[in-house]
Amino acid sequence: MGKTIIEKIIQDHTQDEVKPGKIVWMDLDIRSARDFGGPNVAKHYEREYRDEPVADPTKTYFTFDLCVPACTLKYADNQQICRGFAKKHRIAVFDVDKGIGSHVLMEEGLACAGKTVVGTDSHLNILGAVGCFGQGMGDVDITFAFKTGKTWFEVPESLRVTIKGGFDWPTSAKDLTLFILKNLGTEKAALKAVEFLGDSTTNLTLSNRITLCSMVTEMAGIIGFVPQFDEPFVQEILDFSGEKMMSIQGDPDAEYSDEVEIDVSGLPPQIAAPSSPTNVFDVSELCGTEIHSGFIGSCTNGRLEDLQEAVRVLKGKKVKEGIMLKIVPATQKVYAELLQEGVLEDLFRSGAIISNPGCGGCAEGHIGLTGRGEVQVSTGNRNFAGKQGKGLTYLASPAVVAASCVRGEICSPEDL
Amino acid sequence: MERTYFTGKIWVLSDLEGQLIENIDTDQIYHNAFLHITELAKMGEYALGNLEGWKDFPKKAQPGDMIITGRNFGAGSSRQQAVDCFLALQVSLIIAPSFGAIYFRNAVNSGFPVLKSHDVERLVLEGKLETGDQINVNVLSGECTNVTKDFSFGVLPMSEVQHAIFQVGGLFRYGNELR
Repeated sequence: MGKTIIEKIIQDHTQDEVKPGKIVWMDLDIRSARDFGGPNVAKHYEREYRDEPVADPTKTYFTFDLCVPACTLKYADNQQICRGFAKKHRIAVFDVDKGIGSHVLMEEGLACAGKTVVGTDSHLNILGAVGCFGQGMGDVDITFAFKTGKTWFEVPESLRVTIKGGFDWPTSAKDLTLFILKNLGTEKAALKAVEFLGDSTTNLTLSNRITLCSMVTEMAGIIGFVPQFDEPFVQEILDFSGEKMMSIQGDPDAEYSDEVEIDVSGLPPQIAAPSSPTNVFDVSELCGTEIHSGFIGSCTNGRLEDLQEAVRVLKGKKVKEGIMLKIVPATQKVYAELLQEGVLEDLFRSGAIISNPGCGGCAEGHIGLTGRGEVQVSTGNRNFAGKQGKGLTYLASPAVVAASCVRGEICSPEDL
Repeated sequence: MERTYFTGKIWVLSDLEGQLIENIDTDQIYHNAFLHITELAKMGEYALGNLEGWKDFPKKAQPGDMIITGRNFGAGSSRQQAVDCFLALQVSLIIAPSFGAIYFRNAVNSGFPVLKSHDVERLVLEGKLETGDQINVNVLSGECTNVTKDFSFGVLPMSEVQHAIFQVGGLFRYGNELR
């Protein structure tokens, strides 16, 4: 019997028999904690293991990305607790200047194809974008992982999703992702590893794959992989992290719990209305809805390419008077690219507000929050009631957010 | 002490129509208004405090009682309190067709028996599992007996790992014993 992608990666990290439903002990290549969860990891560790060393300091990291630099006393304390623990155990910290931990782990080549990575970020399965098995966990689990370098895991079933057809600007990977969410809901991919296949996935860039894989969490899936790629993607990953992109494919005779086909031919821009990421419409259906602010960033849409999509709409135009367009690059590296490519200047001239790198409003610790009555169009991944504040959040692509901020109401770039 | 056999009275978490309630999320099990409570003993009184029809559960439950519930129990957030509140009430175990992924991990890591069963939906529908029934459960073999109604049924046996963590009382102690 052949193996699916997730079964292959897990088998590479365990002596146990790997098949869906079986619990195995899995070796972890990287274990990490953020400024949320991290302080509890430090506290649990000191209580349970006192001065004993972590399993391997070179495979253990803190990544601060939620409230960076700390703008609340609680986070300032919590980050300092983590720094103290890190110093004592000789663990590296990607500190408040570095940006979103999951992205930094990919940039540094620590999270790459075939590896296993855990951390206190429920969107860590985003690492599927580079063929890495990433998984978010609670602080008890992560404490144990720091100490032992292992975790137990129930091998998930796999779901095959074949994407048919292609689409053109202004439709983007975010629109594709929202449309898949509309089709799968929170049931079809629940507790499963998802393999996204089909010719139109081959040309997806790293940013595109990140966008798609980041929202497998909202599909209630364990992780998503996009195994088809060709030479340009291999080169992109080499330039990005210095890593040679390894190909991991599901075997033809592997067992999949289900197969789904989704036709995206001619797909128009999509938008998820409050208060669920699966509450998805064509942008044209909600066109004209008044907004007060826009947010471009988050682990889903915070890379150079995402912000270039926004600039494609914004260049030579202005954000409408009274509308806030809040922009948060994913990482310091992205910030440097924005400077180099002149994107920062274009964004600035359009009237956008640009912050330092980080998670943005998803975490309540950074910009992107909404007040009661505020309507925000965001490139984030969650729009649950109360998540980003008391306002209403719509989820869309960078291009749709940019266009909507120019007009002051929900619209597609083509409407400008 | 080997903890393999459990015996106790069951609570079937059903709605007014007698259907097992599905997708009970962590906010219904333990509302976020009480997340600041850190002392385990104080968490019991909030168990199921946000679940329609079951808000008085903490007053009715006795130590050793068991819970039978619908699929995807513990969906939602990663809060450990949604497990700890049952430990505080000394509920001995929970049986459901399925659990939320993080909830299941948290329960196992706390040494709290959460057991999956393909049978309970049907048995509740047929009136063969009712609140107040006395049942015996062997968590290792998965064999169960409804003593009140005199028949046997099954739950999926605990995996080796889950059982080992459970026997020593949690992931940290389990880890210590490995050394």
